[in-house]
Amino acid sequence: MGEAIVITSGKGGVGKTTTTANLGTALAILGKRVCLVDTDIGLRNLDVVLGLENRIIYDLVDVVEGRCTVQKALVKDKRFENHLYLLPAAQTSDKSAVNPGQMKELIEQLKQEYDYVLIDCPAGIEQGYRNAVAGADEAIVVTTPEVSAVRDADRIIGLLEAEEHVKPPRLIINRIRSHMVKNGDMLDVDEIVMHLSIELLGIIVDDENVIKASNRGEPIVLDPNSKASIAYRNIARRILGESVPLPPLEEEEKGLFSKIRKIFSLK
Amino acid sequence: MAKQKQQYVTIKGTKDGLTLQLDDRCSYEDLLKEIEERLIKRAGVAPNSPLVSVHLKVGNRYLTPEQEEELRALIRRSKNLVVDSIESNVISKAEALEWVQKMKISAVPRIVRSGQVLHVEGDLLLIGDVNPGGTVIAGGNIFILGALRGIAHAGYSGNKEAVIAASVMKPMQLRIGDVMNRAPDYKTDEGNEMECAYVDEHNQIVVDRLQLLMHLRPNLTRLERRM
Repeated sequence: MGEAIVITSGKGGVGKTTTTANLGTALAILGKRVCLVDTDIGLRNLDVVLGLENRIIYDLVDVVEGRCTVQKALVKDKRFENHLYLLPAAQTSDKSAVNPGQMKELIEQLKQEYDYVLIDCPAGIEQGYRNAVAGADEAIVVTTPEVSAVRDADRIIGLLEAEEHVKPPRLIINRIRSHMVKNGDMLDVDEIVMHLSIELLGIIVDDENVIKASNRGEPIVLDPNSKASIAYRNIARRILGESVPLPPLEEEEKGLFSKIRKIFSLK
Repeated sequence: MAKQKQQYVTIKGTKDGLTLQLDDRCSYEDLLKEIEERLIKRAGVAPNSPLVSVHLKVGNRYLTPEQEEELRALIRRSKNLVVDSIESNVISKAEALEWVQKMKISAVPRIVRSGQVLHVEGDLLLIGDVNPGGTVIAGGNIFILGALRGIAHAGYSGNKEAVIAASVMKPMQLRIGDVMNRAPDYKTDEGNEMECAYVDEHNQIVVDRLQLLMHLRPNLTRLERRM
């Protein structure tokens, strides 16, 4: 029996879908059987980030309405043998096409076969959010070091804490720019963690390569050298229960500075 | 006429008007009847005599609001008598519970997050933070052991004596009774630690050191303050 983890944020555009794709891929690399579920009905894009867009035949709404079996609708990611599957969202309906009861049943079914079911939650706190959370056992809240994103994360944590079937949510801080934090132009990690007072699962530095990789349909985790990739892999290991220390931001700053210095010296 | 053996109503004159001690063992109907006989049907009230206030002491009798109203109306019919107060030794369980709610300090270990509202009837002792967008409301005082970054409303039923105290005072808004104050638009880095807010003599909310509270509100935690 696997675990279902919902990845949510409240605010849009903070990196829920990218995080879902990368954590799913990282868990698959670590040898787990993973199923990703896109619940953003009407605005799906987890399939695009994973590069599986062209292979979708059936979707979540088809499964819920009984037009096909779950197995038929799942899209296999051939890069990972039998380890990574995607249940895509429908693009033609909207969030009201599914209700929380149906989602719960569906996730229960997927948990029987997979070690991890990662649920990509749409932005907002309405029906789409309720659908996504209905079947989850655990929750990961993604935020960026912006006041508005932290505010929404706080709201969503409040809602998640009220859900009795969900364990206390854990936090991922995405898109940290160390130089801005250093200058005091950006909220720092400690400040955010103190404010939200939930367990920190990991931090991911802002990296252009993440966007590049997403656009190519190859999650950044596949590139073993990128900082974001290492961060995602570490988070995946923490989800598995390993204790992986957080790399201090200072070191990364040094790295960044030496990089800049290198660039200058080259010129 | 048959003489009454026992009087249910004892009338005493005081300098504040009349005090009526009503027997608490007879039936309510008997009581009404006797009041009617002795106050309303009495002769010799001058048409323009001044109003006299009446204090009712009903002993161990519980009067419903309807009954109280009925008594007031009955006595008012006597032209120059007005019920000023009704005093009873007993209150209903619901009233007692409400009273306890208002009296007690509720200790709540929790973080009040954005969009959440925490509402208590008496004093609130919050063991945790109020995050921006979160609201705490109390009938009495609010004491926050963590940081207040959201909205706090003390004495919401109109008690301006109520205070708000927090270990870290960085609120979006403070409200005490019907007075409101908001944070300045600029952000300050000064330490807002261990502070309290109260309504001063100019009807303004003032934030000051926590230590001043014992001088400003010496009765803060004493039981008798609301009795």
